[in-house]
Amino acid sequence: MTKTNDERLLDKKITRRQMMKMTGAGAVGLAIGASGMGGVLKAFGKDILEDQSTVANKVDFYGKHQSGISTAVQTSIYFASLNVLVTSKSQLQELFQMWTPLAVQMMNGDLIGTASENALIPPKDTGEAKGLDANNLTITFGVGPSLFEKKELGLAQLKPKELQDLPHFPKDQLEETFTGGDICIQACADDPQVAFHAVRNLIRAASGKVSLKWSQAGFNSIPIKNGKKETPRNLFAFKDGTENPITDNEKDMNEVVWVQPGDSKPWMAGGTYLVARRIQMHLETWDRTALREQEATFGRHRDSGAPLGKKGEFEAMDIDRKDANGNPIVPETSHTFLAKKSNARLLRRSFSYSSGVMDATGTFDAGLLFISFQKNPKQFIKIQNSLGRLDKMNEYITHRGSALFACFPGIKKGSYIGEALFNTL
Amino acid sequence: MKATPFAAVLLAGSILMTGCNNSDDTKTSSAAKKEETTTSSTNLQKEVDAYKKFALGQMDHFIVETDKFVKAVKAGDIKKAKEIYPVARMYFERSEPIAESFGDLDPRIDARLADLKEEGQGVEDWTGYHKIEYGLWKENKTKGYEKTADQLLADSKELRARVETVEVTPDTMLTGAVDLLNEVSTSKITGEEEIYSHTDLYDFKANVEGAEKIFTILKDQIENKDPKLVKDLTEKFEAVNDLLAKYQTKDGGYISYTKLTKEDTKALSEAVNHLGEPLSQMGIIME
Repeated sequence: MTKTNDERLLDKKITRRQMMKMTGAGAVGLAIGASGMGGVLKAFGKDILEDQSTVANKVDFYGKHQSGISTAVQTSIYFASLNVLVTSKSQLQELFQMWTPLAVQMMNGDLIGTASENALIPPKDTGEAKGLDANNLTITFGVGPSLFEKKELGLAQLKPKELQDLPHFPKDQLEETFTGGDICIQACADDPQVAFHAVRNLIRAASGKVSLKWSQAGFNSIPIKNGKKETPRNLFAFKDGTENPITDNEKDMNEVVWVQPGDSKPWMAGGTYLVARRIQMHLETWDRTALREQEATFGRHRDSGAPLGKKGEFEAMDIDRKDANGNPIVPETSHTFLAKKSNARLLRRSFSYSSGVMDATGTFDAGLLFISFQKNPKQFIKIQNSLGRLDKMNEYITHRGSALFACFPGIKKGSYIGEALFNTL
Repeated sequence: MKATPFAAVLLAGSILMTGCNNSDDTKTSSAAKKEETTTSSTNLQKEVDAYKKFALGQMDHFIVETDKFVKAVKAGDIKKAKEIYPVARMYFERSEPIAESFGDLDPRIDARLADLKEEGQGVEDWTGYHKIEYGLWKENKTKGYEKTADQLLADSKELRARVETVEVTPDTMLTGAVDLLNEVSTSKITGEEEIYSHTDLYDFKANVEGAEKIFTILKDQIENKDPKLVKDLTEKFEAVNDLLAKYQTKDGGYISYTKLTKEDTKALSEAVNHLGEPLSQMGIIME
């Protein structure tokens, strides 16, 4: 952000021609008009910043889709919802351009910026991830409905019609302090400090351009059996994510997760919608609930994760199964029964959280930072409405936070986060 | 008020190093820093002189106002003492990077009861402005505080005399500007500085003015290195000052901290943080 940084990039002598090649002439024109050479060079110093494929425990930044969606779920998350303070489209564009090389560096397990000899200024990188490797860090960026409603940003005509605040669902007790936001940054890693470091540094670098609206840290523990990762359990001890689409099955993912060309605004092709729900789980009441009741609430067996009456976790649920007396084996008020009944699918990528004590009750403030990805928010809405008032789970949980973000498609080398949004005119 | 007077005493011998920053990082690099500071201090002599002059000027006003304050306390004029209290303190707060160079004097003048308790001391060791603040606002009396008042004036005069001897360096200014804002972020914005009088916004304003003065003095130097930083800082100071202006009273003072809503303090805090980040980049002038 200092002149020195720009000068260093200038030293690399990127020619105008090279820059055209990297960015497409249109983008250059736009960006130069917006920010002068400095911003452009910073944002387009990307021929220097590449994914270091030899680095240990590394997920690629560049690709067809953003990282942190189809990536195998990590053990830690730091999720941040931000409001933007910038007041023009070009400033917003600069923000994402500025973030791009930082994200690449951190996902390479590197410190951000270049080291300075000047001990009279604070280090560029806050430093707490020094000595730690990339830890499969992924950083996922999305934009919320409120961003498009800011007149000064002039994005109104680019707002996909499905990008709307989620409707009120039965039993919702949403708190403003955990709801909404203009931009989200989802940082996931196999180390909590690496995940936190990523968000902290992105926000610091954007000082004066964004403000932190809400954030939530979360954790996941992934059992390994015979060298294979198993489905993680939530704080109710049930497996979470059993029904997920197979993330390396492109057809499955295209059907459930990735926005297809023509589905939405052109800039969303290859992107997806992120639903975040901060769901408090009433651990105290759950823990005094009999096992049979717990299993009837989920519609699955606790230990195996199998559908009720079956043995294997991945056996088909078949919600219509009846016992000898003609009663449904999977209770009609169970979470799984109702979710299945909706016939909608999504990719769950949730994390547990524990955030101290509830003021009013003295109980744990713990639960699930539910995160799901779907090509259309309708998928989530359909399931949530099907759960409605019937879901037996309602007795044990309260939804306290909610947000919807449109996650950009993947970033091509030489491009920057969200470029499609700024180049759609 | 510095939370670590002990460390400050240790460092008092080399005042040029007295930032609030006691991290290991600073310590290990202090040798290099010292060299840097001395080599470039000649180039910045004009700026350093200007700042010292400013600080001494503030100290002069501080003595005058403290004298008035002490007289009011001793005369038992509670109303007048309450009026002078926040205004007198602003001169101290503006020049805090220098005023708090003396680890022994600073707590004598500016300690809060909470600071003493951290040090294992008690109410019997308490002196200075905040002790009288307690008398004025909490007990609504001046009786019994006459000795404290005399001591305060003596300490203030001693401070003024010793400031004369302080070696001001570019580092004092660079670190000082950031420290002033850190003071705002950690105690003024939370209302923990003036827990009886709730005049925190006066200290807030004075700290910001102190930092802005340093910026103003260094502006041309920064302009030479990074004009964008000057523009950014000018805007960010303006944003903080505009926000503060909302809470100004007709007589030029500030409303009670207790009248601020959570939203108000959050907005102030964010504006200060947004200012602090670019402010910490002023050190580029030493490159």
